[in-house]
Amino acid sequence: MNVVWYWTLAAMLTAYAVLDGFDIGVGAVHLWIARKDHERRVALNAIGPIWNTNEVWLIAAGGMMVPTFPRVYAASFSGFYLALTLVLWLLILRGVSIEFRGQIDNVLWRSLWDTGFCLGSLLLALLFGVALGNLLKGLPVGQDGYFQGTFALLLNPYSLLTGMLSVVVLAWHGVNYLRLKVEGELCRRAQKWSRILAPLASVTIVAATIATFAARPGISSNFAAHPVLFVFPLLMMVGLAGGILSRDENHDRHAFRSSMLVVMALMGSAAGTVYPNLLTSTLDPAYSLTAFNAASAPSALRVSFIANMIGMIGVVIYTVYVQRTFRGKVRLGDHDY
Amino acid sequence: MADAVIADRVQFAFTVMFHYLFPILTMGLGFFIAVLSTMGLITHHERYATAADFWVKIFAINFVIGVVTGIPLEFEFGMNWSRLSAYSGGVFGQTLPLEGVYAFFLESGFLGLFLFGRRRVSRVLHWLAGVGVSIGSLLSGYFIVATDAWMQHPVGYAIDSANGTLRLESFWAVMFNPYARSQYLHTINGALLTATYVIAGIGAFYLLSDRHQDFGRLSVTMGVGAGAIFALTQLFPTGDLNSRNVVTYQPIKLATMEGLFETEKGAPIAIIGMPDTDHGKLIDPIYVPDVLSYLAYGDFRARVNGLKSYPKELWPPVELTYYSYHIMVGLGTIFIAQMIFGVVLLWAGRLHRSRWFLWTLMMAVPFPFIANEAGWVVAEVGRQPWLVYGLLRTSDGTSTNVAAGETIFTTLGFAGIYAMLSLLFVFLIGRVIYSGPQEVGEIAQ
Ligand code: HDD
Ligand code: HEM
Ligand code: HEM
Repeated sequence: MNVVWYWTLAAMLTAYAVLDGFDIGVGAVHLWIARKDHERRVALNAIGPIWNTNEVWLIAAGGMMVPTFPRVYAASFSGFYLALTLVLWLLILRGVSIEFRGQIDNVLWRSLWDTGFCLGSLLLALLFGVALGNLLKGLPVGQDGYFQGTFALLLNPYSLLTGMLSVVVLAWHGVNYLRLKVEGELCRRAQKWSRILAPLASVTIVAATIATFAARPGISSNFAAHPVLFVFPLLMMVGLAGGILSRDENHDRHAFRSSMLVVMALMGSAAGTVYPNLLTSTLDPAYSLTAFNAASAPSALRVSFIANMIGMIGVVIYTVYVQRTFRGKVRLGDHDY
Repeated sequence: MADAVIADRVQFAFTVMFHYLFPILTMGLGFFIAVLSTMGLITHHERYATAADFWVKIFAINFVIGVVTGIPLEFEFGMNWSRLSAYSGGVFGQTLPLEGVYAFFLESGFLGLFLFGRRRVSRVLHWLAGVGVSIGSLLSGYFIVATDAWMQHPVGYAIDSANGTLRLESFWAVMFNPYARSQYLHTINGALLTATYVIAGIGAFYLLSDRHQDFGRLSVTMGVGAGAIFALTQLFPTGDLNSRNVVTYQPIKLATMEGLFETEKGAPIAIIGMPDTDHGKLIDPIYVPDVLSYLAYGDFRARVNGLKSYPKELWPPVELTYYSYHIMVGLGTIFIAQMIFGVVLLWAGRLHRSRWFLWTLMMAVPFPFIANEAGWVVAEVGRQPWLVYGLLRTSDGTSTNVAAGETIFTTLGFAGIYAMLSLLFVFLIGRVIYSGPQEVGEIAQ
């Protein structure tokens, strides 16, 4: 059950990264890609009806950590205290910006919230990458299972690199989403961006992979011990190759699928690298919080799994339904952002 | 150390009280929007669709702030209350993700469809999406209230002998905690009552300012009609059931709410009076004899334990709990009187013309919000010094690796952001109210 929950949480976070990833990506680039107000509206209409549902994956993943790995939840949320506060403020900024921009038809009002949305999205992408980097690198978790994560500690060269990676990959993912959802001039610009971002993403991923070998010495033995994990780097290569090749108009769908694959593979590789640790201690490996030593009692794990997964089946069904209702290119309509 | 605990408490109290202002309307208005669109679907009468559209605009703005202020709360359990989570997360955490899985997904998914999908789905599906939003928000209330109820009255756990943390024994006991049942009914009822006040109040505003008459009449009638029912059920049975929870599980809270210092047979209820904790009595009280005994135990001569029969270190903050309780109940009584009076006017066919009464409706809009917040203060402050009743003290639940200074800094940040959000909210809602519902003729233009 511990292993199942480890991968369930990883899957929830991956779903979050894939789904909210593209709307964060759109937010990060829309100021530059969509120049005119009506273009921005189209770009935001493409994510408007679904960004909140995408964000619920984060809330649900965070919530699931409480009954399953309470000590990890306690240690990581209190340890990352200021960084998480920043995440919260950015989430507030983003939500308010996208929802309130359309309330008033005025240029100043709109450019205010556009800037807010862009800033919020960019910084969130960066912070999520930094957080991931620190989880990979390890944290000074003490014997009591807690750590004190100062900003100076969290912002090291390695995690800044992963932060950059997250910005680039999510921007690419967002641009690919736009390729699917918008038309005309805007779509052509998205394609152009996508052609630039795909190789850039590959380069940063390669760089980050090399850096990870330096930052986390045990990595190769972990993959050697669990050879199935190699599926993630493999998928990543497929995704990157697909992304670089999907240059033309009629490859929009492939481009989006490729970046989706890359985001999934990245999250999967990260989870595979640290497995079975949730929080790796840099002080003493024995202090690390793992899927085994930091979990709730077996009964709690089992019950939570049943209760949550029954609900998740329903969620997946109607999410697919809702997303299908909104499939196809977006145009300006009666409800605009 | 103590400073950090106070900073954590202030922050939680501030952020949760601000958050709660918005779910009240999400849950309450959501229900009435579902009712209005059902009526529209059945009668094919444009006025219901127009009214539903108007409330949806208010709902949408309100919803955004509810969402963005809710996420910090969930994080705070780990950020500021990490020892609470580490100690009892395996038990009280059970209901927390379920809220996301069973309610937030439903609500946010269907809200997108409801707001943006009008052209893309059929009339009936669109209506179903609206009902889905309402059900989602009502469900989300249950899961979070169940989480709170577990801290008020922990059930379904065992203490793990290995590390002293709590272990889940029975999921169903946690889900169907008796404490949660009445708390939920009372909370939802409070949200519905608040929505009736908002609907009636805004309707009264249009009638008084001589605009959108038809919409105004519909809103005032609906608000007052439903409001009378919900004002009554707020007291009985739901308020009464809640009091029974307190009587059964938290007798100290009962004594504090009522300002009862001495143990008495045939305990009186204090209508007014100011508690003086140093001398252990009420100043200038007005009592109604024997009533408290009756309310608590259904027997006028029953013995009710006063505060003095408990060690002083187990007393919650007396003044805050006592006054909050009296504000809630006092307002509740006024709501009943006002709404019943409204129904009498409606009966006599004079409701829409009694300008002074419409004025009282319009001015009353903030008060149900105050009553709701006061009720939570009773519940939460009255639980002190316990965080998990009888198991974990509030001072033992905080994060030790977060300094008071950090919490003060983030609290100030939240205060600033929430101040901005309030301004935005008032401004945007004001605009919606000012431009009014789009009536059929106006849309056609
Ligand atoms: C419109 C709002 C409103 C109104 C008019 C009332 N209440 Fe209330 N009350 C609430 C809104 C509320 C609430 C916000 O929903 C609370 C907070 C926690 C809860 O369960 O409900 C609450 C709590 C609460 C508690 C504490 C429960 C606990 O500690 O767990 C009691 C005993 C009552 N209520 C009883 C009453 C009575 C006897 C009322 C008589 C009219 C009344 N309430 C009016
Ligand atoms: C400590 C207590 C609370 C926590 C941790 C919490 C958590 C949250 C979160 C994370 C959201 C955002 C959901 C989203 O993104 O869609 C939210 C919104 C909401 N909350 Fe709270 N909440 C708390 C108190 C309450 C209470 C007491 C109620 C009602 C009884 C309530 C009802 C709602 C409702 C109706 C929403 C509307 C938005 C939505 O459901 O998506 N919340 N809350
Ligand atoms: C939305 C309505 C709610 C309001 C207005 C509210 C209000 C408050 C207030 C005023 C306090 C401070 C008490 C004190 O420190 O003396 C508090 C504490 C707290 N409440 Fe609530 N509460 C609400 C719902 C909830 C829910 C649903 C939960 C649980 C899921 C919860 C969990 C807590 C916790 C963990 C604390 C901090 C510890 C403490 O000081 O007792 N609250 N709340």
